[in-house]
Amino acid sequence: MITLKINGSPRQFDGDPEMPLLWYLRDVVGLTGSKFGCGMGLCGACTVHQDGVAIRSCVTPVRGVVGKEVTTIEGLSNDSHPLQKAWEALNVPQCGYCQVGQIMQAASLLKQTPKPTDKDIDDAMTGNICRCGTYQRIRAAIHLAAKEKA
Amino acid sequence: MKTIDNSSRRSFLRQAFGAGALVLGARVLPTRALAALETAVFSPNVFVGIKSDGTVLIVAHRSEMGTSSRTMVPLILADEMEADWKRVKIEQAIGDEKYGDQNTDGSHSVRSFFSVMQECGASARSMLEQAAANQWSVPVSQCKATLHQVVHSPSGKKLGYGELAAAAAKLPVPDKSKLIFKKKSEYRYIGKDLPVYDLSDITHGKAVFGMDAKVDGMVYASVEHSPVLGGKLLSFDDKEALQVPGVSRTVEIPAFKPPHAFQALGGVAVIADNTWSAFQGRKKLKVSWDPGPNASYTSSEYKQQLQATARKPGKVVRNVGDVDKGFAAATKILEADYYVPHLAHAAMEPVVAVADFRDGKCTLWAPTQNPQAVQDTVAAAVGIDKKNVICNVTLLGGGFGRKSKPDYCAEAAILSKQLGKPVKVVWTREDDIHFDYYHSVAALYMKAGLDQSGKPVAWLQRSVFPSINSTFALDVKSGSAGELGMGFTDTPYALPNHRAENGEAVNHVRIGWLRSVANIYHAFAVCSFADELAHAAGRDPKDYLLDLIGPPRLVDLKAQGVDYPNMGPIEQYPVDTARLRKVVELVAEKSGWGKRRLPKGHALGIAAHRSFLSYIATVVEVAVSPAGKISIPRVDMAVDAGMIVSPDRVRSQFEGAAVFGASLALMGEITATAGKIDQSNFNNYPVVRMNEAPLETRVYIVESDAPPAGVGEPGVPPFAPALCNAIFAATGKRIRELPLSRQKLV
Repeated sequence: MITLKINGSPRQFDGDPEMPLLWYLRDVVGLTGSKFGCGMGLCGACTVHQDGVAIRSCVTPVRGVVGKEVTTIEGLSNDSHPLQKAWEALNVPQCGYCQVGQIMQAASLLKQTPKPTDKDIDDAMTGNICRCGTYQRIRAAIHLAAKEKA
Repeated sequence: MKTIDNSSRRSFLRQAFGAGALVLGARVLPTRALAALETAVFSPNVFVGIKSDGTVLIVAHRSEMGTSSRTMVPLILADEMEADWKRVKIEQAIGDEKYGDQNTDGSHSVRSFFSVMQECGASARSMLEQAAANQWSVPVSQCKATLHQVVHSPSGKKLGYGELAAAAAKLPVPDKSKLIFKKKSEYRYIGKDLPVYDLSDITHGKAVFGMDAKVDGMVYASVEHSPVLGGKLLSFDDKEALQVPGVSRTVEIPAFKPPHAFQALGGVAVIADNTWSAFQGRKKLKVSWDPGPNASYTSSEYKQQLQATARKPGKVVRNVGDVDKGFAAATKILEADYYVPHLAHAAMEPVVAVADFRDGKCTLWAPTQNPQAVQDTVAAAVGIDKKNVICNVTLLGGGFGRKSKPDYCAEAAILSKQLGKPVKVVWTREDDIHFDYYHSVAALYMKAGLDQSGKPVAWLQRSVFPSINSTFALDVKSGSAGELGMGFTDTPYALPNHRAENGEAVNHVRIGWLRSVANIYHAFAVCSFADELAHAAGRDPKDYLLDLIGPPRLVDLKAQGVDYPNMGPIEQYPVDTARLRKVVELVAEKSGWGKRRLPKGHALGIAAHRSFLSYIATVVEVAVSPAGKISIPRVDMAVDAGMIVSPDRVRSQFEGAAVFGASLALMGEITATAGKIDQSNFNNYPVVRMNEAPLETRVYIVESDAPPAGVGEPGVPPFAPALCNAIFAATGKRIRELPLSRQKLV
């Protein structure tokens, strides 16, 4: 039995501690906001925060987050994070599947770099694939959120 | 209540699930499986209903995969009926032929349903006005529906839609010929930029995709397929697989019977109580296959065969004048071979489906572009009537054509029938890449003869590719009229001598529709070759392209003996060179063609292409570093898609098309070795990431009253040739094979 902290709430898990956090969140806890895209940490659809920093939950075993604060999109904000507002203001999503991972990645970026340059955004966001091709609006939304937040 | 009788289905579902038993993702959505309008008191047709509290229910019968169909098709109806969009609730339709075509492909949701939605909205509005007139005992001409209420103009009396619904339900549905439609100037929502219905759910992780579907008592399955198409299962050993915690059993799925169509491929399924255990168990399976005849398929050899075929005469599919005489009279001959490899769709959500087979019926929750095809496919797979297949459509995490082929739904249904419980089949990314219905590989041969002034006097083009028709029939060797009509038989150039030929090719993998389909390789060859001719003639490529397109006219392909399906009635949607010229001129002006000062190593390329009845011209600015590294600082696209519903969503589709086009041009390539696909995940089938994407895409929409054409796909085809034409301008190197990652620029 291990104890995890997900979105501020402690949870007990007696399953395989090697299970990736993504599948624990989705299939065991029922938090389906984080998405499965590649299973190898290549696409970023599964991005969540560990102690406020973006990680790929599809390649992180649950044993690895014992004693850490895990935050998913469901726990990112009480209402709307500035990034979620910016995403909506600029109509960023198309299919929307990757956008949770994009927002979680961007939230991690803004925490460390409140005023990111285009280069900062490229460096932080390049691990997150959007097959619909919304990158231009993602970039604009990050800049917008950074401006609004300041 | 005038909605379609669905009582037998409803009582079944109540029995099957009980109230609240059905859980879709984080939200309980029991109505998903019910008739969409069953709570309405007034429902003059299958697309709209009004509840007594005034909520207007509008059915989205098209699938949402990012193009905004789920919002923008209902929005047409809402606008026409004067509904307040804030009081509209969208209900996603199950698969049912009563809605007409539900196959969300071919960029035709708005095109095919604009007038249907208008008629449904105008009918409802007219009946509400009549109901108010009856209640007030006044002439209906004095009653006007305005933003969710009917107003009696002389007195200012008002009645809300909810108050009128029950009375309206008793009135006859007016004849179509009696309907009065709103004028364009009266539109409230069409032409404005309303956000998509699911926007906030998407940004908050609450949107329900197929991957998120969950039913009580459900088990999870991962399926091992033959690595080669059509391989036979010889034996399998599941001892170790069954030892993985969470794995309960394995199930053999019978192999498909050729032609494969949308049948389950067949293989061995590992069943577990969560997705990860199913994946882990599957890795422990030991399976032995007889690969069968498709093991002969190796891409490098196949490429040579296609190219050799393209160098030989093929079946003539368009003929104007006499190209041989033209070549004999020409002063300069140009020849070029073009090649585009297979591509995979690689939607962010791998294919996935939940099926629950019980009591002779099968209910599915699936991210599908075509729920009626799910009904047909599942019915055949589990031996029931299609009316007993209930397909609930979730949001799609991308589709691009892959999710119009419901083989994964058949897998889930077969397993559920066998196991007697609901089953969720989840494909890994590796499955998604290995067992796609690939965009076809193609080889093209182009030959032109120029006269002394550089004008083309003869133009020969040959296209060779395995056809999508091989999905549905055996021994298919030729391209279909539909595929050839995508940028090959309909080349709209003014050429005195012009011949198009199709050579034979046999498929060895599943071939399928991918965003813009055969237009990709046809536009690549035709638009690149136009640029080659311009340079050979020493002319500006944009000016030369306009000369090639020739004077404004309607190209009469039928008179030239072309079997040309178009994608809509040719009278309504002719091949209009005036519109093609206009987008070329517009994009040239907006991109600063010939005028913009560019940094060293930067250059512009242009391409124009009509597809899905829309006219697109693209200018790509490329930057090639001294080391030969490509980046794309800017893309300009001019779009004439006829009348459009949402300018912002049209722009977004073209921004996305630039990225999709960049992926296939820069790095998209699927290859096979001994019948097995070499790529497996985003490490070896890369798609464009933020740092490789066009930094800025500017979209210019031509204001048009022409009938709505297509938006989702036509931005893709001109991108690759425009990029490669820009690379030629920057480096002098002509790119005739994709992807660019295979090419050395310096």
